[in-house]
Amino acid sequence: MKKNAVSSSNEVLFKIFVYVALISLAVLIIIPVAWVFLASIKQDNEFYGNPWALPLGVYWQNFASAWDSAQMGSYMLNSIIVTALAIILLLIIALPAAYCLARFDFRGRKFLNACFMAGLFINVNYIVVPIFLMMKDGDVFLAKVFGGGFLLNNVFMLAVVYASTALPFTIYLLSGYFATLPHDFEEAAYIDGAGYTRTMASIIFPLAQPSIITIILFNFLGFWNEYIISMTLMSSTKGARTLPVGLLNLLQTQQGRAEYGVLYAGLVLVMLPTLILYICVQKKLTQGMTAGGVKG
Amino acid sequence: MRNNTSFRLFLILCIAPAAILFTIFMAIPTFNVFRMSLYERGAYTPDELFVGLGNFEVLFGDVKFISSMQNTILLIVFVTIFTFFFALIFAAILTREKIRGQNFFRVVFYIPNILSVVVIAGIFSAVYRPENGMLNSTLSMLSGQTVQILWKDQPMVIVSIIIAMVWQAIGYYMVMYMASMSAVPESIYESAGIDGASRTTQFFSITIPLIWANIRTTLTFFIISTINMAFMFVKAMVAKGMADVGLSFMYNQKDAGLYGYSMAAGVVIFVFSFLLSAAVNLVTKRDILEM
Repeated sequence: MKKNAVSSSNEVLFKIFVYVALISLAVLIIIPVAWVFLASIKQDNEFYGNPWALPLGVYWQNFASAWDSAQMGSYMLNSIIVTALAIILLLIIALPAAYCLARFDFRGRKFLNACFMAGLFINVNYIVVPIFLMMKDGDVFLAKVFGGGFLLNNVFMLAVVYASTALPFTIYLLSGYFATLPHDFEEAAYIDGAGYTRTMASIIFPLAQPSIITIILFNFLGFWNEYIISMTLMSSTKGARTLPVGLLNLLQTQQGRAEYGVLYAGLVLVMLPTLILYICVQKKLTQGMTAGGVKG
Repeated sequence: MRNNTSFRLFLILCIAPAAILFTIFMAIPTFNVFRMSLYERGAYTPDELFVGLGNFEVLFGDVKFISSMQNTILLIVFVTIFTFFFALIFAAILTREKIRGQNFFRVVFYIPNILSVVVIAGIFSAVYRPENGMLNSTLSMLSGQTVQILWKDQPMVIVSIIIAMVWQAIGYYMVMYMASMSAVPESIYESAGIDGASRTTQFFSITIPLIWANIRTTLTFFIISTINMAFMFVKAMVAKGMADVGLSFMYNQKDAGLYGYSMAAGVVIFVFSFLLSAAVNLVTKRDILEM
């Protein structure tokens, strides 16, 4: 009996320890994020006092300034265009390619598969400089021939680069799924007289819907949050910027000027869309992650 | 196969766009990283001058590059240890114990992973601000005297980067391990419990060995990803030149117009990351246990 009492009090201690650990980590994650939300409605002079003080009032002016004078509004529009365009391009290009690579046998298939597999190990941080130089040289060439280059500082080209660098992982994920489907689907469609394109577009692609949603989710987060490529390829001070690069600029300049309220309003504008999306689809996201393997 | 020409046309139309974009924006730039490391290129003209291994010779004598690689190694070691320690323990707690609000904790721990590194840098600039920052003011409150640590200055800057990177990574790896831990059959734990094995024993002799294959793969990927993430954190969080890691050194050379030199650094970091993950893969090799 005595032994039981000891082990049950140990059990209680263990439970307390576990909850303390869990709650501590949760607090360490929630507090800084929540703090930024509260700080975004503070006035600038409130930042000189105790950082744990609650806002004295709701100062929406920060958001208006961030949106207009710090140009976060136009940056957000750029980000929306780049992200949407890159995802659409990626799907249009990766879906048919993954389908063919997974389901048909032809000469060069092994080679192509090996290339895309190798692409999984190429990280954009390494190749961003050669891409930049290639586009810079391209612009010089275009300026000579046509009188103007359009490769750098162009949201459409940025979207093309995003889509291209996401190709290997997307093709890997999709062909993994396509390979599991039985060939009966196509045979039945061919017998009914459907061509290759029609079979692919109206029989196979609808089946891949769960994978497609996973791809859209991950790449939305990836493209929306990306800043290294964007910073390199859209480096003109007068040109268009995406939201994270605009925020980075704000981060570097506003702190000197002590316009904290605008900075935190900008931060909220960047993270709010991803947080809302996450809350809506968190289950799907964490499931898709384990299905898709590891990120590079 | 029915109509051979139309099948071929179909194949080409499906694959060509992907193959072309992959070649232009991934294959050729990757090749160029290696090629350009052997050349010197002016900042204003695209003319290139072959210098052989000259860039590498200068690189290995460059104190700034050496110290940036030391920082990279420091970050890899500490970020990996802390992240894996916390991720494994929290994953074990959330899968093995009956926890109220289990789902809530899982959702919250994953939040940092969906934020842009720039956003995290912004959040941590509020945490680390010397006067009125969250961290210093909390430390002041706890110790009763005014603490004014310069977190983003030497020598604390590396510690600050480690904290931010671990903060970012724990949730992602925890969710990954939760998935593999929940695949371990309950019956194994039950019989171990009957034999009197404590939680710690169960964790080290059942959980860890049974998910070892998963730990090993994630470790290899984590090392490669830490080299990249360290660059992104340094670029967004730290004042230029305060503390560099390998890839940020590379990027700074690009900003200075030393393209060939920058690519030589890229090649060295690439080879380094490749060798390191191969070594880790070899060292962690164990016989795989069947469940």
